[in-house]
Amino acid sequence: MFGFTRQQGIAFLVMFAAVVIAPFFLYPVFLMKVLCFALFACAYNLLIGYVGLGSFGHAAFFGMGGYIAAYTAKKWGFNPEIAIITGAGAGAVLGAVFGWLSIRRQGIYFAMITLALSQMVYFFCNQAPFTGGEDGIQQVPRGNLFGLISLQSDMTMYVVVSVVFLFGFLLIHRIVHSPFGQVLKAIRENEPRATSLGYRTNDYKLIVFILSAGIAGLAGGTKSLVFGIATLTDVANAMSGEVILMTLLGGMGTIFGPVLGAIMIGSIENYLAQLGAWFAVTQGVIFVLCIMFFRRGLLGELAARLKLSL
Amino acid sequence: MSLTRRGLLAATAASAVPMSARAQRPTLKIGVLTDLAGVYQDIVGPLAVECTRLAIADFGVSAKGFDVEIVTADHQNKPDIGASLARQWYDRDGVDIIMEGGSSAVALAVAAVAKDKNKAYINSGGATSDLTGTMCNAQTLHWTYDTYMLAKSTGGAMVKSGGDSWFFITADYAFGHALTRDVGSFVEQGGGKVLGKVATPFPGTTDFSAFLLQAQASGAKVIGLANAGADTINCIKQAREFGIKATLGGLLVFLSDVHSLGLEVCNGLVLTESFYWDLNDRTRAFSERLKAKSPARRAGMAQAGCYSSALHYLKVANDVGVGKFKAAGGADVIEMLKKMPTDDDVFGAGSIRPDGRVIHPSYLFQVKKPSESKGPWDYYKLLSTTPTDQAFRPIADGRCPLIKA
Repeated sequence: MFGFTRQQGIAFLVMFAAVVIAPFFLYPVFLMKVLCFALFACAYNLLIGYVGLGSFGHAAFFGMGGYIAAYTAKKWGFNPEIAIITGAGAGAVLGAVFGWLSIRRQGIYFAMITLALSQMVYFFCNQAPFTGGEDGIQQVPRGNLFGLISLQSDMTMYVVVSVVFLFGFLLIHRIVHSPFGQVLKAIRENEPRATSLGYRTNDYKLIVFILSAGIAGLAGGTKSLVFGIATLTDVANAMSGEVILMTLLGGMGTIFGPVLGAIMIGSIENYLAQLGAWFAVTQGVIFVLCIMFFRRGLLGELAARLKLSL
Repeated sequence: MSLTRRGLLAATAASAVPMSARAQRPTLKIGVLTDLAGVYQDIVGPLAVECTRLAIADFGVSAKGFDVEIVTADHQNKPDIGASLARQWYDRDGVDIIMEGGSSAVALAVAAVAKDKNKAYINSGGATSDLTGTMCNAQTLHWTYDTYMLAKSTGGAMVKSGGDSWFFITADYAFGHALTRDVGSFVEQGGGKVLGKVATPFPGTTDFSAFLLQAQASGAKVIGLANAGADTINCIKQAREFGIKATLGGLLVFLSDVHSLGLEVCNGLVLTESFYWDLNDRTRAFSERLKAKSPARRAGMAQAGCYSSALHYLKVANDVGVGKFKAAGGADVIEMLKKMPTDDDVFGAGSIRPDGRVIHPSYLFQVKKPSESKGPWDYYKLLSTTPTDQAFRPIADGRCPLIKA
């Protein structure tokens, strides 16, 4: 199913079971946050792990998705599912613009263009009246799913968020393991060769960029409804860094790695909040250790050791 | 070690004693959500936690038949982290009230959570006057200050003290423009003139020399700094380096900023606070007591506000009865807090308005010259006082949905 290998199938079932069981043991709001970040990291991984495009500006899609979903839900009274989809659409549209400009260059130049564009989005959000400036969009209602089911309870919201997450995750998996995904990997390995085989590599790169941005927008939109706020934090530079950190920690180019990375970063952020400054120090130390000892990320190393593809 | 029946019984009894003791004494749990390590750590941060502890000690909780537990966390100035910590505290950790709650965006986010969960929240460090305006709710109090109070005192009172022509250096975002507009209108109401303003790109401007020279050239007596944090500090430093003669009007400057910049750089700066440690006998007494907990630092208004709010909370809890108090929902708790007039060493006598605004006088200070300062932390001289009934925005102008016109 969905082109899973046997090990991936087992890993997926384990993850699915964890998603189902977790809210009975852990705090659902924390889990929802982790799932949103996990989806965001998976979207980022689609770009860096499978096409080799390292974007430094993914926060723009995540944050803009959040703003648009929050705005449409609050001001226009959109149902949550429509608001989230609108957020994803906003991410994709922004991704089309970014992608169209940035895929013409490679490596560090590509990264710098995405960084510059995302900074422009940050300043736009800081100034534009609809975002509420530094106060952000506050008190966004969670609303009623399909106009029927109230999402006020955290458990109901959790179900929605996990469905969104699993949908996004499977979508990414499907993309990666489709013929389209094979071409993406070919581009990652050797772009001139892929060109010589007759593929228009720029078209492929643009499409996957839009997909990645759209899924990032989906994650951002969901997050803004979970917490009822959309603020500058989500479009800021640090968020682009955080998603890179999650992806690298978990394992770039593995389908489950970013999820693990998001769980780790989310837990550190949440459970070390009492420690004040130590939070950033711990995050830094973990990152350095990971770069030195687990260059392929935690799951990447594990998969390599066990000769599995996860 | 061998297990004996006697040993087992003794151990059971020993562990049962403190448990039963705890069961008899109800415990109020106060969550201090603040910036422990970021840009606001000196304005609130660890000292705000100490101030809350001091309130508990001063109130003498142990003699009153209940306990108070404090938990703290760092919101890292991210509204989503603040909101999720607040949810967790209210939902899972049994926190009865959240205090402090940091920067404006975090404050608004936590207030929304408090409303959602019907739990109590008292903000001290946030500046936005929306907290008791369009975004006000029945579960939230705003304790120490807000942007309206700062604008009114620095703008209005300054004109009365002779600073009647202004030029603004405005950080180019919503907050900076709002501040410029508010202060400007108080200046004009007071009979002063706004000669001009210049917007500086935000964030990221570090060189303010061109803007300062433009302000100087305008001939204004006061240069209003409609910005915050590092921007304000850079403006103050560079104004000193350029030998700017005009008085600087800081709109979001705190005692801790003056302390870290030093009198050499800051002297002449005019600013507004609702508390200063050397204001009167009561504030001095409070600061003496705090010295035992924090020998190196004096509290600024936002930190002192944490003392004041915690003390008031405990007084009301004791009055109403802790059991009943704990069982009440957030809106009811806040209602009980609003009923009792406030009185403490920090702000003196005051009261809480129906829109959640806690009111007390505001003070316009000028930073002393190094030669005038008699010792460490002797920084301010009082220029003028705005009385309680005029210091804050009139309740009708706030458009708070709780207030039926």
